[in-house]
Amino acid sequence: MKHLLFTTALCASFATSALAQSGEPIRIGILHSLSGTMAISETTLRDAMLMLIEQQNARGGVLGRPLEAVVVDPASDWPRFAELARELIAGQGVSAVFGCWTSVSRKSVLPVFEELNGLLFYPVQYEGEELSKNVFYTGAAPNQQAIPAVEYLLSEEGGGAKRFVLLGTDYVYPRTTNKILRAFLKSKGVADADIMEEYTPFGHSDYQTIIAKIKKFASEGKKTAVVSTINGDSNVPFYKELGNAGLKATDVPVVAFSVGEEELRGVDTKPLVGHLAAWNYFQSLKNPENTKFIKMYKDWAVKQKLPNASTVVTNDPMEATYIGINMWKQAVEKAKSTDTDKVIAAMAGQTFKAPSGFTVKMDEKNHHLHKPVFIGEVKADGQFNVVWKTKGPVRAQPWSPFIEGNDKKKDVPEGK
Amino acid sequence: MKKRLLTLLLLAGALSAWAAPDPALVRQLAADDNSDKIAAIQQLAAAAEPGTTRLLQAMADDSLYALDGKLFVFDGENTLDALSGETVELPEGADTITVNNRLRGELANALAALKLFDDDREVRLSAAQELQSNVGAELAPVLAKAKAAEKDAEILALLVSAHAKASLQDADPAVRLAAVEALASVNTPAVRSLLLPLTEAAGESDAAVRNAAVAAVKSIERSLAWGDTLAAVFTGLSLGSILLLAALGLAITYGVMGIINMAHGELLMIGAYSAYLMQSLFRSQFPELIDWYLPAAIPVAFFTAAAVGVLMERTVIRWLYGRTLETLLATWGLSLILIQAARVIFGAQNVEVSNPSWMSGGVELLPNLILPWNRVIIIGFALFVLFLVWVLMNKTRLGMFVRAVTQNRAMAGCVGVPTARIDTMAFALGAGIAGLGGVALSQISNVGPDMGQGYIVDSFMVVVVGGVGQLAGAVWAALGLGIFSKLLEGWAGAVIAKIMILVAIIIFIQKRPQGIFALKGRFADQ
Repeated sequence: MKHLLFTTALCASFATSALAQSGEPIRIGILHSLSGTMAISETTLRDAMLMLIEQQNARGGVLGRPLEAVVVDPASDWPRFAELARELIAGQGVSAVFGCWTSVSRKSVLPVFEELNGLLFYPVQYEGEELSKNVFYTGAAPNQQAIPAVEYLLSEEGGGAKRFVLLGTDYVYPRTTNKILRAFLKSKGVADADIMEEYTPFGHSDYQTIIAKIKKFASEGKKTAVVSTINGDSNVPFYKELGNAGLKATDVPVVAFSVGEEELRGVDTKPLVGHLAAWNYFQSLKNPENTKFIKMYKDWAVKQKLPNASTVVTNDPMEATYIGINMWKQAVEKAKSTDTDKVIAAMAGQTFKAPSGFTVKMDEKNHHLHKPVFIGEVKADGQFNVVWKTKGPVRAQPWSPFIEGNDKKKDVPEGK
Repeated sequence: MKKRLLTLLLLAGALSAWAAPDPALVRQLAADDNSDKIAAIQQLAAAAEPGTTRLLQAMADDSLYALDGKLFVFDGENTLDALSGETVELPEGADTITVNNRLRGELANALAALKLFDDDREVRLSAAQELQSNVGAELAPVLAKAKAAEKDAEILALLVSAHAKASLQDADPAVRLAAVEALASVNTPAVRSLLLPLTEAAGESDAAVRNAAVAAVKSIERSLAWGDTLAAVFTGLSLGSILLLAALGLAITYGVMGIINMAHGELLMIGAYSAYLMQSLFRSQFPELIDWYLPAAIPVAFFTAAAVGVLMERTVIRWLYGRTLETLLATWGLSLILIQAARVIFGAQNVEVSNPSWMSGGVELLPNLILPWNRVIIIGFALFVLFLVWVLMNKTRLGMFVRAVTQNRAMAGCVGVPTARIDTMAFALGAGIAGLGGVALSQISNVGPDMGQGYIVDSFMVVVVGGVGQLAGAVWAALGLGIFSKLLEGWAGAVIAKIMILVAIIIFIQKRPQGIFALKGRFADQ
């Protein structure tokens, strides 16, 4: 039964393309939920990976060997992530795995990767508080997303918010991020009474009470902003309710950390104009690298006849995946091997010209990228209008200084 | 409306010379610093020269472009130089002026202020409504002027409150006092929010103003309390109506017929996908009627789900009547098959079902009580479906047969009721009702292959709590659970509320296993 679930992608056919490629294919695991509550976000990452692998094969593969994708569906079921990770590394013999979105899925596969000495590229912003020799974090750490976003809300430009609603899905990422944000807000002089924390279960779809609560909280005489760490398909009913309840961005702005172009595809964005998202990439950025990246994905979507191929969008985790696989390729070529330890050593200091318009660098020590930070406002067409950005890439702080005791933690993974 | 105004303005511009305000201020709209832009917007609005509205509207619509100190307006077809009005080619590298929330608020206020003196009553009314939030002190003079000139009572009331809001930070305590007193009768949360800082010594130095603010806030809070309570009841009703729609089909198949149908959630899913298919059909075939795909989806969903129900009953369920455990397992298998089928046909990802325009937005009953249309309509729809089921079960021959067969199969057969066919029809009816529930669910939650899984537990909860075999029980249980869980959610948060509801149901079932409504008489023991 388990093997039935494995759908080895069609990449084998590309391997026999005109380009001379010899040797055993290098297998790459793709561990993203293709069903369940997280499918809304993760399916496109699988598509992006298949595209990038096909493209790399057309260029002659890596080390003269073709790449072969092994796609599995952990179905938004966290223990299943661990089972499938083991199957990918031990059973399928993959050289690297690209996967996971929620932190709970990453936490679930982490022991497997450490035990079997696998290699995971994790493409999504997260809460930090983790550093593993076997993981490369190509998404943002809190200081590359959450902290700048809240700083913007506090600034005059962002509306000068004095009260904050921290709203999230109930699991490790929102809880930890909100712990960090609470400490950060305290350091900025925001009292505990001016912070409201609310959590909903995964897949929650009735946001009436919460929106009513937010409205009430916002009418206490101080400018209020909402920081949303809602993940997965709950975002669709949340934003629908927000629009229907007439909560405008000029009154109560909502800044989201897990909502991008893809999540907003299923929502009427006209009532949502002005609500914000913080990421390290937006599709609306104008630079040659990004134009190339968008065109590449759109052409591929049309060619593969993806559902709604005419309206596909690119987003931040896709960009992080794109950076991840390219850096992995560079590292493998530098190490002249796919051996995990050699690749990890070769990853340090890799650079790549990213679609964000900046050259991003893999930190020599802490397995995180130096990335630029952008804050965007939702436009009527579901794209984002960048209203704030950092001057250049920012170094990640996986151990947030706003959590006690973190100053003593080392910035290098154990055993490296 | 906005469009018409723009065209009028453009026509006027074409007839007369291109009217443009102070060039220096116009150029300042492209300044690097947003504070400079805001200063320019405010000065332009205050000067109110012809052409200002067009310019600011273009900026708000993201169609004002800038390059090297030159500004261009793109009106949808042509690019015009913002200062000379000549039609030009948009130069390479010109970019729109980024408008963030701060600027957008300023622009909306400036545009509204400009429209306060329009001849058209509707334009003035909408402008006055726009000026009810985020009004700064800089708007006080123009609001005072508009107030003096306004004749229409409705607009005047709005202007008085807008002017009072703008004067709350005035240097003169007498002006502030007048403003607070004017606002005391405006019972909205926004006003309360504005007045709260004035109730503290740090926000207001004058004791008289402070006292007036305290009194005003108190009276506003009294009137708002009503709205809060009503809102909580409404959200409970809304959740109750959704639970009822999800559970009504099950109330027939499980409640009346006694079939434990684990594939009930998938029948909801089929209904939701029917809505999605009708939406796609309308989008491609009748794009002008797209708003009406939903009524069209209702019969389609009913008959599709009913057809699947017939198929399920004829192929699987009918061979298992009276064998509860086997039915449970077999229908669970059916549910997996249906989920997988949906995955194969539509893909694993959720599909997008948008609300028709008449279901978007909401109606404002009280300042703090906005009833979203989609919720109101779903409550109405639930009542409609309930009525339909009641009529079918109690007023038709089919309903009578169904009741007869479930009460005493052998006797019903003896008097000539075709029991096998009645079973199929009753199951199909339950399935069809589930399909209708699915159409409603497609409007408020995500439509995906496993959406039904989230409702199966809730549906069984409603039927079991209500009392097996009772439609009225299902209604009371759905409304009770809806209101109870919304009250709990407001008090303890969504996660805890969910747990508490389940615990409460376990206790309830132990104390009263027959549900709220129990059947009486000989039949009760079966």
